[in-house]
Parts: sequence; C-alpha cells; structure tokens
Amino acid sequence: MVTKKQRFHIMDFFLGIFMVIIMGAILIPFIHMIAVSLSSNGPVMRGEVSLWPKGFTFDMYKHIMHDSKFFTAYSNTIQYTLIGTTISLVITAMGAYALSRKEMVGNKLFSIMITITMFFGGGMIPTYLVVKNYGLLDTMWAVVLPGAVTTWNLIVMRSFFDAFPKEIVESGMVDGLNDAGVFFRLVLPTSKAVLATIGLYYAVSLWNAYFIPFIYLNSPDLYPLQVVLQQMLTAGISEASAVEDTMIVAETMKYACVIVAIAPIMCVYPFLQKYFVKGVLVGSVKG
Amino acid sequence: MTITKNKRKAQKDAYSAHHKKPLGQRIWRDRYLLLLFLPCLIYFILFKYAPMYGALVAFKDFKPFIGFMKSPWVGFEHFQMFFSSPDSWRLIRNTLLLGLDILLWSFPLPIVFALALNEIHNTKFKKAVQSVSYMPHFISAVVVCGMVTSFLDPVRGAVNLLIKVFGGNAVNFLAEPAYFRTIYVISEVWQTLGWSGIVYLAAISGVDPGYYEAATLDGASRLRQIWSITLPSIAPTVVTMLILRVGHVMNMNLEKVLLLQSPVTYEVSDVITTFVYRSGISNGQISYSTAVGLFSSVVNLILLVIANTASKRIADTGIF
Repeated sequence: MVTKKQRFHIMDFFLGIFMVIIMGAILIPFIHMIAVSLSSNGPVMRGEVSLWPKGFTFDMYKHIMHDSKFFTAYSNTIQYTLIGTTISLVITAMGAYALSRKEMVGNKLFSIMITITMFFGGGMIPTYLVVKNYGLLDTMWAVVLPGAVTTWNLIVMRSFFDAFPKEIVESGMVDGLNDAGVFFRLVLPTSKAVLATIGLYYAVSLWNAYFIPFIYLNSPDLYPLQVVLQQMLTAGISEASAVEDTMIVAETMKYACVIVAIAPIMCVYPFLQKYFVKGVLVGSVKG
Repeated sequence: MTITKNKRKAQKDAYSAHHKKPLGQRIWRDRYLLLLFLPCLIYFILFKYAPMYGALVAFKDFKPFIGFMKSPWVGFEHFQMFFSSPDSWRLIRNTLLLGLDILLWSFPLPIVFALALNEIHNTKFKKAVQSVSYMPHFISAVVVCGMVTSFLDPVRGAVNLLIKVFGGNAVNFLAEPAYFRTIYVISEVWQTLGWSGIVYLAAISGVDPGYYEAATLDGASRLRQIWSITLPSIAPTVVTMLILRVGHVMNMNLEKVLLLQSPVTYEVSDVITTFVYRSGISNGQISYSTAVGLFSSVVNLILLVIANTASKRIADTGIF
C-alpha cells in the first residue's frame, strides 16, 4: 500500500523548526506583555522581566478596573459591538437572502449596484460629509451605521443562501408561507453557521474600530476602547517622563490595558475559529 | 425527492411565465422579498451612493456655510492644483512604493507558509500552528501599532535592549524614514501570514491525492512534488488572489499607517489616504482632499481592470 507517510526526512526537522519560530514570533510579544503587566515596578524598571512575571501582582489590573475613563470606554465598546453587530447582521442576512432568489424582480439591477461598490466608492471625505449631513456626528450611530453592511460579507452570505434547496422553499410556499415566512422560519434556523461567521466578522471589526469613531466622535464620554487605548499608549511615556518610577508604571499599565482590550477576542476566538475559516472559504470560492 | 420530469417542466414554465408578467404584478408578487431587501437598499443608497454623488464636491469650491448645492463649480481646478503641487509626486510615490513593498512580501509568504504547513503530518502540531498563526489577524491596529512602538522604543524597547546587549547603539526606529516601510511590512506580514494562507491551504487540500501517490511511485522527491503537483494545482487561486491584491495595491491599512507615522517620517510614510485625512478632516480643505481621494479611487479602478484583463489573457481566470 502506498501512503503519504514517509520515513523521517531532514526536511521535517527544518519544517518543525520553521513553524516553532513562527509561533514564537507571534506568541512571545503577548507572553512578554502579560509578564510585564503582572510584575511589580522594581523588576520592570530594571528591565528584568522577559517572559515570566517577577514580583507577581495583580495591582495594575485592579488599578485599570477603577479607572473610570477606561471603564466607560470598555462599556461603550461592548454597547457599540452588540448593537452594531445586530443591525449589520439583520440587514445583511435579509438582503443576502433576497439577492439569492434569482427570480426576484430587480435582482440583476441590485446585484450590479452592490458589486460596483466593491470597486468604486465616494471616498473618505464625501462619506464624512454625508454622515455629518444626516446629523449622525458625535452619536453612537456614526460608529454603527456607515459601515453597517460590508459588500464582501453580503456576497459571502448570498452565496451561502444560494445553496439552500429550492424544493424546501416551494414546499414552504405550498404550506402557506410567504417569502418572509420562508426566510424566518425555514432558512434562518438552518443557517446558524453562516450567521455566526458573519456576525463575528462584524463584531471583531466593531470591537477593533479606531479610525471611524476617532473622526466621527467628539465627546470623550462616547469614545470606544480603541480610541482611549490609543491615547493611553501614546500619552504614557511623555506624561510620566518626569519621574523614573511613574514611567515604568506607565509601561506596565499600557500592557495591562492591551491585555484587557484583546482578552474578549482571544477568549472567544479559539472556539469560533472553524466558523471564521469557513467564511473565508465560502468567500473565496464564490467571490 | 421524486420530482418527475413533467413536474420540472411545469415549474420551468411557471418560472418563465412569472417573468412575462407586467412589472407591477411582479413587484406585488415579490413584495416580501423586496421588503427583506429594502433595508439593504436604503443602506447602499444612503452610505455608498450618496457619498459617490457627494464626490462631485471635488469639482466644486465647497464652502461649508453655503452648502454643497450652492458652492460654485470649478471643474478640474483642484486636480490641477494637486498635480502642480510638490505633494502629488511624493504622495503617489509613497503610496505605490509602500503598496508594492507590502505586496512583495505579504503576498508570497502566506503561500510559502501554506505549502510548508501542508508538509507537516503531525495533525495536532499542524492545528496548533494554524490556530496561533490566525490570531494576529484579530488584533486591532491600535494594539499592533502600540506593540510596535513600545518594542521599538529607543530607551526601554525590547529591540533596542537587545541591540545594546550585543554592543550596538540604540536606534529610534520610528523616527527614521529609512525604517518606516520595513517596520510596516514586518507588522503586516506578522498580522496576515496565517490568515491569508487559509485560502491556499484549502486549495491544496483539494488536490487529488492520487497524483502524489503516482509521483511517489515514480520516485519524485517531496520538493519536486510541491513544485510539479501542488504549485500548478493552486495556480488559479494564486492568480485570483494576485489580481485582488494588485487591484488594491494603493489601499493599505489607513489605521496602521496613521498610527505608525509621525511628521518626521512623512517624506516616506505620508500616503494618499493619510494626506486626504489630514487636509480634509483636520484642515477642512474639503474639495481639494476629495479631489485627491477621487484621483486615487480612479487609479485603483484602472489597476483592477488592468490586472483582471491580464489574468484573463494569461491564466484564463478573472474575477469579473
């Protein structure tokens, strides 16, 4: 019998080392940040902390939890992510389903209209003016609405719905359901995987959004996590440069903030990885 | 599933009859589908097409207090102004060079990574490498740039501490124009290596194992198999991805450029989008910045069309 398994090869050895180096390059920065954020000031100041905390302490995390600015930003981000993802998912799913029904009147026109936006757009400044004219500046809606539908996600979802068997749609119609009924009662319950995938794409991009909230929001109370984090990361060193000791604290605090900011995504992502990957593939097969 | 041929035909007839109906009846018949599509349509009109119309402001002299409609038309004045200013050459050059630099590294490396990963036969190790390699894709630009800034810090950054250990002198990397592109590209490769590899891994897994078995029987080495079986099999995917990338060569991640650049490095780090942001939103030169943005959108469109035509000629695959 011929199998792909071959005797140990010198190539396997180098491949293994190559992969370990890649994993190291990705993980070591995070391990270092976690280690510093959990260390006390002395060892950090002397530059002794590399990959394992010295003078183990949770002080910095306790400190962040009581920082009202960071706390507000964190809850803003949770709010924007939840509301934004819901809106995006509802509009995208309904639109994608309608587009997947080729016999719908105007389908061709709508499809062309949507595809065009993948290749050409008004640009940053006209979009800004439009958002301003709608009176959305400095409100949550400026963060959530302008990017509510991503053309790519819409197309990925449409190609997923394309595969939904026409026979089931017809039998649903025979049972007295209208098109909306078919969508909500028959199509949606069987589409949890694609809803999870696209929902997560939206959630991650809302969680990580920096530029959009940065240009559309003026009131500090509305700032999401990434904007405040950016302020903390750049302010830290210059602010504290007067006293050596505070400067070090700034470094520890920065890393602690970064860890808290990425924690939710890092906790959720291993479980949802397969959905993410599926999304990329559906998109690439039928982009 | 026992749908007879006759029944199929009847359905087909019903389908074509449906298309012959007058428009009003068809709209009424599809009212629920249209209703489902309505929010999407409104979104595209309000947030995609309204800005496209608004881009006409590039041909006007926009005055915020008079408004869009009443501002006077000036034709191509802003475009002329841009092309005769010293900014234009610097911005176009920076954008293209950064875009090409990114393409040069972050396009082929994921392919190499996917090919290498495919050669790993220990499933658990392979899974672990994959999971870790996707992770940076989910990290925000703020965090990535924060990490870069902090690791490259001239006084306390890990990189400079290492340089000092080996007896070198600390370098303020982010303040040196010479290092900007390299720093950007490394951070980009770090973030996208695993994620961009997914598509190639999937393409590789679709290759018929029979080819490899036959090649092994013929005594082909593993490298030879990669070269003669795997690479030709994934070539269409590679070409499609390349077109997409070439079409977007001028669209780098604005957030990252903005967060990594500083006025000291503008001579290489200032690209069209960051310039549009500064002159449009920070300085309020609405019409001028829109004109610059519009120019870059048009160039993007042309690049995409050229790349697509070329790939249709060469590899017989295109995206539209």
